[in-house]
Amino acid sequence: MIRGVIIINDQGKPRLIKFYDYQPIEKQHDIIRNIYTVLCNRAENVSNFVQADSTFGPDTRLVYKTFATLYFIVIFDESENELAILDLMQVFVETLDKCFSNVCELDIVFNFSKVHTILNEIILGGQVVEMSSAEVVKAVDEISWQEKNKFSHSSSNATSGWQRR
Amino acid sequence: MTSSSSSTTTSNNTTPGGPSLMETLFQRTVDDLIKGIRLHNPGSAQSSFISKSLDEIRREIKSTDLATKSIAVNKLTYLHSLHNIDISFAAFHAVELTSSPIFNFKKIGYLAASLSFSPSTDVILLLTNQLRKDLTSANVHDVSLALECISAICTVDIARDLTPDVFNLMTSSKNIVKKKAIACLLKVFSQFPDAVRVCFKRLVENLEKNDDQMLAATVGVFCELCSKEPRAYLPLAPEFYRILVECRNNWVLIKVLKIFEKLAKLEPRLAKKVVEPICDVMKRSEAKSLVFECVRTIVSSFYEYEFAVKLAVGKIREFLLESDLNLRYLGLQGLLIVGQHHLWAVLENKEIVIKSLSDVDRNIKVEALRLVMSMVSEDNVVEICRVLIGYALKSDPEFCNEILRSMLLTCSRNVYEIVNDFDWYVSLLGEMARIPHCQNGEEIEYQLIDIGMRVKDVRPELVRVGRDLLIDPALLGNPFIHRILSAAAWVSGEYVRFSRNPSEIMEALFQPRTNLLPPSIRVVYIHSAFKVLSFCLGTFLLPNKDANSSFSNLVDMEPGFTYSESEQEFTETEHGANSSSLHKKDMFTRESIANLLTLVITSLTPLADSHDVEIQERVRNLLGLALLAQQEISSHHEQKEKRIDWVGLKTYILIRLVNGALSEEFGPISSSAQERVPVPDGLVLEENLSKLDSICADVQLPISEKFSLVRPTYLPTDGDSLSSRQNEDESETSPAESTSLLAEHRKRHGLFYLPSDNNKNASTSFLPANDPDHIDKDVEDLVKLTEESLVLKRKPNQARPRPVVVKLDEGDRHPTIAVKKIESNDDLISGAVRDVLLGNEPLSQSNQLGKPSGRKKGKAHAKVDQGSELKDNTENSETGNSGKRRSKHRSHGKEKKHSDSGNNVEGREENGKEKSGGRHGRHKAKQSGGGIDVVDQKQVIPDFLL
Repeated sequence: MIRGVIIINDQGKPRLIKFYDYQPIEKQHDIIRNIYTVLCNRAENVSNFVQADSTFGPDTRLVYKTFATLYFIVIFDESENELAILDLMQVFVETLDKCFSNVCELDIVFNFSKVHTILNEIILGGQVVEMSSAEVVKAVDEISWQEKNKFSHSSSNATSGWQRR
Repeated sequence: MTSSSSSTTTSNNTTPGGPSLMETLFQRTVDDLIKGIRLHNPGSAQSSFISKSLDEIRREIKSTDLATKSIAVNKLTYLHSLHNIDISFAAFHAVELTSSPIFNFKKIGYLAASLSFSPSTDVILLLTNQLRKDLTSANVHDVSLALECISAICTVDIARDLTPDVFNLMTSSKNIVKKKAIACLLKVFSQFPDAVRVCFKRLVENLEKNDDQMLAATVGVFCELCSKEPRAYLPLAPEFYRILVECRNNWVLIKVLKIFEKLAKLEPRLAKKVVEPICDVMKRSEAKSLVFECVRTIVSSFYEYEFAVKLAVGKIREFLLESDLNLRYLGLQGLLIVGQHHLWAVLENKEIVIKSLSDVDRNIKVEALRLVMSMVSEDNVVEICRVLIGYALKSDPEFCNEILRSMLLTCSRNVYEIVNDFDWYVSLLGEMARIPHCQNGEEIEYQLIDIGMRVKDVRPELVRVGRDLLIDPALLGNPFIHRILSAAAWVSGEYVRFSRNPSEIMEALFQPRTNLLPPSIRVVYIHSAFKVLSFCLGTFLLPNKDANSSFSNLVDMEPGFTYSESEQEFTETEHGANSSSLHKKDMFTRESIANLLTLVITSLTPLADSHDVEIQERVRNLLGLALLAQQEISSHHEQKEKRIDWVGLKTYILIRLVNGALSEEFGPISSSAQERVPVPDGLVLEENLSKLDSICADVQLPISEKFSLVRPTYLPTDGDSLSSRQNEDESETSPAESTSLLAEHRKRHGLFYLPSDNNKNASTSFLPANDPDHIDKDVEDLVKLTEESLVLKRKPNQARPRPVVVKLDEGDRHPTIAVKKIESNDDLISGAVRDVLLGNEPLSQSNQLGKPSGRKKGKAHAKVDQGSELKDNTENSETGNSGKRRSKHRSHGKEKKHSDSGNNVEGREENGKEKSGGRHGRHKAKQSGGGIDVVDQKQVIPDFLL
C-alpha cells in the first residue's frame, strides 16, 4: 500500500503531509526532515527512488519527483509497482494543474484543504482509487460546488462563493 | 497567487449575524493565517505569531456560530498538519462540525478528524453515529468523506460498528462510492478481522465483474491481504487466473502479478499454470511498469522455468540499455534477483554492471556493487577485488566506503570461505587502510586480528603488513584508521617472532606522532612494545639451540615455576619460528640491544606520569623491565665474550618468565566454553539449587567439533538463544541424569574443565589454540575439505593449498535474528478468510495450514468435534501419494459437482454465486464433512488449473 504522500519545497518546508497509517505528528516532522536531508543531497537527473527501510520498515521505498520548487514524494511498500507510482504522481500533478490552472507552490500553500480533497479522490486508505485525472477533476469540482452552494443556502452573504467561479 | 479559487477562503467575509457578529467579522481566515505566518521570519517571530493566533482560535472555537467555529478548526488543522501544533483540545469541535448538515462544515470537521485524531483520541467514540449517518447519505461526497475518515482513523469499535454499513456500500450503484468502500475495507479488516466473514463474499464477487475500476480496487485489497498471509487466498487462484488472462488494465494486472508472486511460491502446480500467461503479458505489454512487474514476478517466483527466465533476462537487458536512470536502476534490481538462482544472467551482463559502478547515480552504483559482489567466487575474488579497489579510489567517500564494506563483508563471509590466498587478503586489508576515505577501520581491525588468530600460515605476511602500516607516520594523522593501527600494533607485538627487523617495529611504535593516538590505542602500542622488547631480549639472552632443554634448566633453577604442557607444545609446534629466530640471534648485538633500551626508556619516561591509568601502568611495567635490563647488560660490559654469564642475571630470569608467559598463544575460544566449566565440587544440585538443572542439564555441546571465535559482545545473545532452547527442553532431563551426564562429559572433555587441584597453571582454563585433542580433529576435517575441493575443482592457477583456518562454532559472529512473528491480526484475518472460503470450519482449516492459532480457537467459532475428526483425516491424506490424491480428487470433484448440487442449497451459499467449479466442489466437501471428502478439502486449487 501507499504509506504516505508528502509535498515539501526545496527549503524543506512541508506543503502537504498525508500518512496512511497513523504517525504521531512529531514523528511526521522527523520523517520529513530525514527525507529532506536525503533528497537535497541527491544530484539532479538521477533516478527517483530511495530506500526507506530505516523509517518505514522493510521493503519500503520512496519515490520522488521535483516540479519547479517542490518535491512530490510518495512512500510505498512492496505491494506497489515503482513505475506505476511514478505514473500516479504524474496523475496527481496533472490534476493539481487542472484544478489550479498552472499550479505553482503558492496554490498549494494557500489551498491546503483543497489539495487534500484532490488527494483523497485519488488515494483512500493507502489504496489507489482513481487513476484518471479527468474523473478526479470532476469529483473535485462537484465538491467545491457543494462547499459553496450548500453554504450559500444557509448564509446571508451568499454571493462571494460562486462569484469567483 | 493565480486564479486559484481557494475553497478555504470562501467563508472569508460570509458571516451571518448573531451574538458573535463582532467576533466573526474580524476573524482571521485561513488565508490570513497563512499570510501572517509567511510574513514572519521562521523562528521566534513566527512561533510567537502562531501562539498569538492560537489564542484567538481558542476563543473563536467556542463560538456558537458554526461558521466561526469551522474557520477556527480549519486553521487548527492547517497548523497541526504543517506546523506541528498539538490540537487535541479541538477534537470535540471537529466532531461537532461533522454533524452539520452544511457540507462545507462537515468537510472541515472530517478533514480535521482524519488528520489529527490518534487512536487514543477519546471523542472518536462520538463520531461513530455521525459516520453511520453519512455512510447512508444520498450525497456521494458525504459518503466519501465518511469513508475517508474511517480509513484514516479506524478503531476496533468503529470497524465493528460500521462493518454492515460499509458492506452495504459495496453494492452501491455509484462507482465512486463503491470503490472507496472496497478500499476502505482493508482498514476495517485490519481492525476487526471478523468483518471478513461479512464482506468477503461480496469482495470476491467483485473479482468476477469486468469493471476495471472495481477490479482495481478489489485486487488492490487482495494484494494487501496476500502480502501478509498468502496461503489463505490460494482458493481464489482461478479468479486471479481469469483476470490475468482476460484483463487489459495495467494497474489491475500489476496487482494480480503481485498476488501470483506470492501464491506461486506455495503451490508449484499453480506456477506451472500461470507462467505462460505471465510471459504473454510480458511479451505483449508496452507499459514499462507492467513489463517490469512481470520480470520481477518471474525472477522471484518462477525462476525454475528456464524459458520464462530467459525472456525476463532479455527484458532486463532492455531495461539496462535504457537511457532512463529509473529503468536502469530497476533493471539492475531485477538482475540481482535473477542472480540468486541464475548467475549466468549476471555474468552475461557483466560489462554493463561493471560500467554502472561509475554511474553518476548513487542508486545505480550501489545496485551494481551488489551485483558485482554476487559474482564473487573463490576463483575471481582476487580479480574482482582488484577492480573494486580501483573504483574505490576513484569514487566519492561515501561510495568508496560502501565498496570497502561490501568487500570486507563478502570476503569474511563464512569464516573467509572464498579466500584461498590469505597473504593476498591481508595485504588487501593493508591496502584498504591506506585508502584516504576509508572509514571501515573497525571491521579491518577485527579481521586483521581474527585472521592472525585463525590462520597460522599467514602470520609472517600479517606482520609485514602490520609493519608497513606502523612505520608510516602519515597514517597516524587520520583518526579513521587508528583502529587499524591498533590491530597492526597488536599483530606486530604478538607475532614479532616473524618480524625481519624487530627494532624497526620498536621504532615505529615509539615514533613521535604516536601522541596523536587516543589513549586506548596507545595502550596497545605500549603493550606491543613490551612484547617486542621481551622478544629481543629473549633472543639476545637465551641460548636458542635447544629451547626445550633450556626450559627444563629453568625449571631446575626456579622450583616455584611450572610450565604447562601446552607451552612445551608451543615450542615444538613453533619450531619454524624458533629456527627463524635462531639466525635472528645474530641481529642483536650488545649495541643494538643497548640502543633499543635507550629508545624505550627515552620514549617512555615522559609518559610515566600520564593521567591515563592504563597508559601509566603499562609504561611503568615496560620501563621497569627496560631499566633493569639496561643496568645489567651495560654493567656486564667487560665480560662480553662469555654468554653463559647472562644466565645469572635477573633480567635473564625475568625474560625467561615473561617470554614463557607471552608465548602462550591466544586461541580462539569456543562459544560454548562457558558451559564446559563444571559445577564445583561440593555443590549439591538437588538440594539448594535444584533449578540449576534446567540451566545446566542439557546444555548442548556442539555435535561436531565446531567452534567459533566470538567477540565478547556476542556472547550474551548466544546465551539467550541457549537458555530459550533449554526452556523448551526443560522437562526432558531429570536432575540425576544431568549430573551423570556432566560426569560423563567431564571424562570426555577433561581439558575444558578447570582443574580441581589448584597447583596447575591457570592458563589451561582457556582452550589453547593448538590443543591436539580438539583442534586437530577440526583441522583434519578442514584439511580434508580443502583437499576435496581442490580435487574437485582442479585449479591449476592455485599455487598452494589453502591454509588451515581455525573455525569454531559456525556463524557465531552474527547471531541469527529471531524469526519475525506474524501479526496476530493478520493471522485472524486470514483465518477468517479461510473460514469463509472453505466453509466455516476454522479448526480443521487451521490445522491444514499447520498453524493452529490459540487465539482463533479461543474465538469459538468452532465445531470442535467435527474439526478434530477432520484433522486426523487431513493428516493422513497429506502424507499420502500426491499423484494418487490428485487423480482421486479429479474424479470426486466432478462427481460431486453433479450429485451434490442439491445439498448445496442448504449451505451458506445463499447467493448461489459459485462460478468456479473448484470452489464449488470444495465447499460441499466441507459441508458433508468427513471420509473421502477430506481428500478434496486438501485440494486448494481447483481441478481445471492443474
